[in-house]
Amino acid sequence: MLGDENFLALLTTLKLATISTLFLILLGTPLAWWLAHTRWKYRAIIQALVALPLVLPPTVLGFYLLLALGANGPIGSAMLQLGYQPLAFTFTGLVIGSCIYSLPFVVQPLYHAFSNIGARPMELAATLRACPIDRFFTVAVPLAGSGFITAAVLGFAHTLGEFGVVLMIGGNIPGETQVLSIAIYEHVEVLEYQQAHLLSLGLLVLSFLMLVIVYGINHRFSLEQKIQHEH
Amino acid sequence: MSIDFKIQLTRKDFFLDINFQSSTKGIIGITGPSGGGKTTLLRVIAGLENSCQGHIIVDNNVWQDPLHFIPPHQRQVGYVFQESSLFPHLNVTDNLTYGLQRVPKKDRHIPLDLVIDVLDIQHLLKRSTHNLSGGERQRVAIARALAVSPNILLMDEPLSALDLTLKKEILPYLELLPKHLNIPIMYVSHALDELTRLANQLIFIDKGKITHKGAIDKVLTDIHSPFNFQGKAIATIDAVILAHEHKFNLTYIKFAGGQFTVPKKSLPIGQPVRLIVAAKDISLTKKHQTDTSILNIFPAVVTDITDHGESQILLKLSLSGTPVLSIITRKSFALLAIKKGVSLFAQIKAAAVLN
Repeated sequence: MLGDENFLALLTTLKLATISTLFLILLGTPLAWWLAHTRWKYRAIIQALVALPLVLPPTVLGFYLLLALGANGPIGSAMLQLGYQPLAFTFTGLVIGSCIYSLPFVVQPLYHAFSNIGARPMELAATLRACPIDRFFTVAVPLAGSGFITAAVLGFAHTLGEFGVVLMIGGNIPGETQVLSIAIYEHVEVLEYQQAHLLSLGLLVLSFLMLVIVYGINHRFSLEQKIQHEH
Repeated sequence: MSIDFKIQLTRKDFFLDINFQSSTKGIIGITGPSGGGKTTLLRVIAGLENSCQGHIIVDNNVWQDPLHFIPPHQRQVGYVFQESSLFPHLNVTDNLTYGLQRVPKKDRHIPLDLVIDVLDIQHLLKRSTHNLSGGERQRVAIARALAVSPNILLMDEPLSALDLTLKKEILPYLELLPKHLNIPIMYVSHALDELTRLANQLIFIDKGKITHKGAIDKVLTDIHSPFNFQGKAIATIDAVILAHEHKFNLTYIKFAGGQFTVPKKSLPIGQPVRLIVAAKDISLTKKHQTDTSILNIFPAVVTDITDHGESQILLKLSLSGTPVLSIITRKSFALLAIKKGVSLFAQIKAAAVLN
């Protein structure tokens, strides 16, 4: 029913979203931690850069990425000189694009979660002999737990729905860079409405379920906090 | 166990300059106006403020000097914050052992069993932290701080977030701490009643500086000390239970300057107690009165005199060496022709007995 090409697009999409989310958590965590704790007076610049993908049309982002990663771009030509292929129109290029595109959706929840913890639990852990790394993993991460889940789900879901950036730097190579959103566009272009329906509805249900998870977790977490505060 | 602090810390509108040494165990009470630097002092000792200068030496371990800064997690410190900050993601037992499991076995000089016993939290161990009362939370927080076997315990207004009932519930546990622990305890509080119950030494910090320090009986009876305002003037007298009188249900308490008679206290003979005598409860007579209902009358020598508001005078008296305070009117002061060195009789109407 799904068809080989659609199935391939689904796999590519899930692979892209999973890998991007992993990278985003790895990169976003230290970045969010730094933003939540730095007293650097120009940190607003970094915050604005992180939030930029929220307001920029994805095509703008995709366009600049294409220029940078393409054979004539600074990164693309450097890679050519080092004996690698340029990243434009590759899966790796898509991952880089997705990470930039979904960055605010991962950094913002983590930033808020870390800010909400406040200094006290970490100071407390310090007086209880926990070194900085130790107290990060045994106090900050558990206390920011809902922030991590929100960040991961939002990062994943947002990458699923990516279109503009993919279109600009990914092209439409089945099994490599053809993701669901592009496949849907293709189906509509050639009037295969039933195929488009199938993928669209699937994406809709999947995205909806993931958002239900996020809000469900946040609700439970805020309830727990309320109970703690009442005591 | 000795402590030696020489601390200087500059903030935008604040300069902390503390010089303090002590080698006695027991509770060192720290008090003074809000914003005077009491909490900052504790934070500096714990290593939570790293921009300070000077040295911090606890039990011969240098935690800080001009060349070294030992981070907080490597200092043998126990810290109890104002609000009982139990980790919400851990249950009581895991809170209790969070620090303990990070301390090498050879450094554990305070057994966990003792801590659980002294703070009476055995029945709480299986509970979630959300099901504890405010007093129970603070007892667990104190136990957690002690479980790491600190060489100094820092307590920042541990009772101030609790109401009076809970405060009364938890004070007896705090009184037990110095009896079981051989470490100095620095205890910040605004409440004079807590300090008189708990502290052996008292430090008064104002605008970042120590203005008064010393043994609690000496500091409280210094008539120029900031404690003696707003009718709070009191003296503490360390004493022991001497005997019980069954006919009238009385208890005799012996102190360096004589013998007190108080309504019966069910305490064993020989038990050390602390008497709290308010300056307003001591009146003075020229002659030893015999036709009076007051039982506690002692020969007293006036050793210091200061004004106490517009119509009163604050006197420091020596009851054969034991200092106490008395507040009298300017009129009585004139009528009795009081000056330094004059011998009188002090009639003490009431004394609170703390054990």
